[in-house]
Amino acid sequence: MDAFWIILSGSLVAVSCGLLGCYLILRKMAMVGDAISHAVLPGIVLAFLISGSRNSFVMLIGAGLIGLLTTFLIEFFHRKAKLQSDASIGLTFTWLFAVGVILISAFAGKVDLDQDCVLYGEIAYVPIDLWITGAGQIMGPRAVYISGSVLLIILLFIKFGYKELFLTTFDPAYATSIGISTTLWHYLLMGAVSLTTVASFEVVGAILVVALMVAPPATAYLLTEDFKKMLAYTAVLGIVVAVLGYYLAWFMNASIAGAMSVVAGILFLAALLLSPKEGIITKMLRNRALRNQTQSI
Amino acid sequence: MIQHVENPVLEIHDLTVTYNKKPVLWGIDLTLPAGSLVGIIGPNGAGKSTLIKSVMGLVPSGSGYVRVFDKTLDESRGRISYVPQRESVDWDFPASALDIVLMGRYGKLGLFKRPRKADYEVAEDCLRKVGMEGFKNRQISQLSGGQQQRVFLARALAQEADLYFMDEPFAGVDASTEKAIIQLLREMTQKGKTVIVVHHDLQSATKYFNWIILLNMRLVASGPVETAFTEALLQETYGGKLTLLSDVSDLVQKNQFPSREK
Repeated sequence: MDAFWIILSGSLVAVSCGLLGCYLILRKMAMVGDAISHAVLPGIVLAFLISGSRNSFVMLIGAGLIGLLTTFLIEFFHRKAKLQSDASIGLTFTWLFAVGVILISAFAGKVDLDQDCVLYGEIAYVPIDLWITGAGQIMGPRAVYISGSVLLIILLFIKFGYKELFLTTFDPAYATSIGISTTLWHYLLMGAVSLTTVASFEVVGAILVVALMVAPPATAYLLTEDFKKMLAYTAVLGIVVAVLGYYLAWFMNASIAGAMSVVAGILFLAALLLSPKEGIITKMLRNRALRNQTQSI
Repeated sequence: MIQHVENPVLEIHDLTVTYNKKPVLWGIDLTLPAGSLVGIIGPNGAGKSTLIKSVMGLVPSGSGYVRVFDKTLDESRGRISYVPQRESVDWDFPASALDIVLMGRYGKLGLFKRPRKADYEVAEDCLRKVGMEGFKNRQISQLSGGQQQRVFLARALAQEADLYFMDEPFAGVDASTEKAIIQLLREMTQKGKTVIVVHHDLQSATKYFNWIILLNMRLVASGPVETAFTEALLQETYGGKLTLLSDVSDLVQKNQFPSREK
């Protein structure tokens, strides 16, 4: 049963992160997830200092707000100061992360609130952290409910905002010209990324969140030329990563999050070599077949 | 030489645009008649693209106002179409030619609605008009530059607008495609639509357009091609680049009272 819960929550997170990642990599903003997952540290600390509790809901709100602030700052430096977007990402999140570290060491040194618990959630603990109702009924792991609701929100967001997201990603100038606000959709997407990142890294850890946001979409990008298929492949790949990653970790008795990231990387490598259209080995074989043909003529 | 018209489709009043305090456009004041095929002509850095972009509200203007169909820009968005420069987007995007043309219908659909069968029909029809019906499922990175340009044009057609702004639609396009496109634009203006094109090539300007805007940061001329495309005004626009200007004088002489191809 534990395996089921871990794989289920891993899959839910993987699909949410992957779907948003599709938009991020096409907008050349793949590292925004990484930035948010680090930059939310001061938000978590401030939420703790203000509320005095380690209630995860309060922390989620604090983290979410700072997550939005991060995306706003990145956009601000990029637009107003004309800084390259990767430079403004790097500048923003290192600075906010550092502020968080200082806040922890200055004010929260005596509490168990450190980079370990903030940055590296442990997916293996998912089955232990149960949601128990007031009446004492055990409803199953909390993480499954959190990541399930996040996935539902993301799916609704993409379903109803599909054409706006598609257009503002491909051609922002044209979108503006027909009256679709690129700024609004940028911040809606960033809000979704912020929510997903914050809710997911508590479950699976920041590193896995970043891996799931980039690797499955990048793999799907190599496999198809149709955006809808890219979203679908990403979702399937995310689930495959969760399942294979879990059993790899079980087999090697190693970190589950680590194993899942490794599987995501291996799948990308396989697509790079064997993708039906642009795969390196596929191309080699095709060229050889072509050469043989021309020689035989 | 700036000729104003009654009941203009587009009225630009005292428009000034600056980038980092450096003026790019200075006191542009013009009106355009309906059904004209307008060429915006001027040297590099004259602000031709900026003029279009500021009219569309894509770059903020420092002063002045724009009225389209005697309404504000936002009130007439549904009747305006914009064709950006081809290089402004990433053509490696996972989308087919049809996907891109369908975007032309998004403005009419409104929030949350998906394109319906009728929208697909319009999109395919527009692809046919630009001679790209055989490529509708082709991924856009596998199209040539000219084909990509035609997809952009089809997207604008799918909007079924009345006023079109096109930013260098002939850049990187071969001669036969250019001819096909200009033919299409002429047909559109004959139906009363107005098309405004940023154009680079002086040789073809008199043949293509019936209204010329000469621009070099400020407005040098705006009027029918016979009166606006003169040597003196071109001199003023291009600021005495001699080799070019001798060509231009040949050109103007050759094209005195230009005969229009029909």
